Amino acid sequence: MKKVLVILLLAVVGFYISETFFDIGFGNTHFVQNDQIKPVKDTYLQQTVQTLKVSNTVTSIVVNFRGFDTLGEVTVLFLSVTALGSILYKRRHHVGERSVLFSASSIVTSGSKLLFPAIVLLGTYVFIHGHLSPGGGFQGGVIIATGFLLMLLAYENYSVSHTNLAVIESLAGITFAGVGLLGFMNGGTFLQNFLPGGVLNDLFSGGVIPIIYIAVGFKVAAELTGVIYTVLNEKGEYNG
Amino acid sequence: MDSTYFQYLDYAIYGSSVLIILIGLYGALVKKSLLKVVIGLSIMEAGVNLLFVALGYLKGGTAPIFSPKGIEMADQGTKMVDPVPQALVLTAIVIGFGVTAVALSLVIRLWRHHHTLSIDQIKNLKW
Amino acid sequence: MIAFILIVLLLVLMLAAAVYAIVQKDLLYAVIATGIISLVLSILFYMLQAPDVALTEAAIGVALTTIIFVITIRNTVRMEDESDRDKNIKSTTK
Repeated sequence: MKKVLVILLLAVVGFYISETFFDIGFGNTHFVQNDQIKPVKDTYLQQTVQTLKVSNTVTSIVVNFRGFDTLGEVTVLFLSVTALGSILYKRRHHVGERSVLFSASSIVTSGSKLLFPAIVLLGTYVFIHGHLSPGGGFQGGVIIATGFLLMLLAYENYSVSHTNLAVIESLAGITFAGVGLLGFMNGGTFLQNFLPGGVLNDLFSGGVIPIIYIAVGFKVAAELTGVIYTVLNEKGEYNG
Repeated sequence: MDSTYFQYLDYAIYGSSVLIILIGLYGALVKKSLLKVVIGLSIMEAGVNLLFVALGYLKGGTAPIFSPKGIEMADQGTKMVDPVPQALVLTAIVIGFGVTAVALSLVIRLWRHHHTLSIDQIKNLKW
Repeated sequence: MIAFILIVLLLVLMLAAAVYAIVQKDLLYAVIATGIISLVLSILFYMLQAPDVALTEAAIGVALTTIIFVITIRNTVRMEDESDRDKNIKSTTK
């Protein structure tokens, strides 16, 4: 009975939602054809290549034009990692017992020793060149966290110290907020670009954007490594 | 991606992304095991992100990156795809992962206390 | 023409994986189906000309979400209804 009611309700909701989207159409331009109203994306695309001289438009929107939303996202990620660490709290004398109780086979152990520097190098490359090619802080940080996950799964007594991770994360967050506060220097607003933009497609172009994205990359990498380390150190009870 | 069948792509992409949202919502409403509810939430987020990025597509458009070839193509009249929904979806994916992580930590904590994951048998509200 | 057929095939694969993830009773298989949904979604994002979003979805949806689900399943139950006791035993004993 409950399933029939739920299916009916979902069918009604789905019909009205999909009818709205079929009316909008796929691949058309959606704005009013008027000479005075200019859509937002034209302004962003024009200002990215002329004023900021940055190649990747999505990076300039995420860091420069809507930089305050990125600050909010970094805060939400920090809050969720803190909540996870405090919900899975356990007493101090259980530290050191892991969910994975054995090392992997010899192919995995020797291969992961070779792969780990390559993965960290790839992640660092992705978040340093965020304004020139697809990539950026979030993508590079997640790639580095995946490298640490490989090492944690292959060796049974590999450990990352929580103190170092906390220090790196806090310093990166302070850098982000500090660069935002430095935007007040030339009489501007919070998170305004105060360094000069350089030549297009150069590494040191785009003003303040590479600095913010490098800080975000370090912060996301440290946070996600901490999440995986916390969840892996759960010693659950055996069932059955 | 332009061909004679372009008009049917409209129904295909929007219809299937709304269907994925509904399948995830069904799993979150009906299923009895708590892990299935979290899986349903994760499927729903995937559907919503697909719907959002598909709204910003322009026919015959290219990626919004100004490489030297991109500037040359833009001068010849090729349009660029809308970059604003892509920036919003970037944030949404990361926050979706944070929500899934906190939900799974709550599941582990509930299992430690009640030793069951079925919502019929977890009756008291305090742990 | 070929691009249209490819997109329709990928969408059908995504729908099939979504239905499988909800219906299947063994939770480990359902989690792998969720990983397949994220992978196909990453390919679709690339075909919709969004490379940044494709990178992010491939890294977060496939790698990190699957590993967190698998560790949670290892610390709790494996089958959906827990009266199925003969398959519920943890696989590693030491």
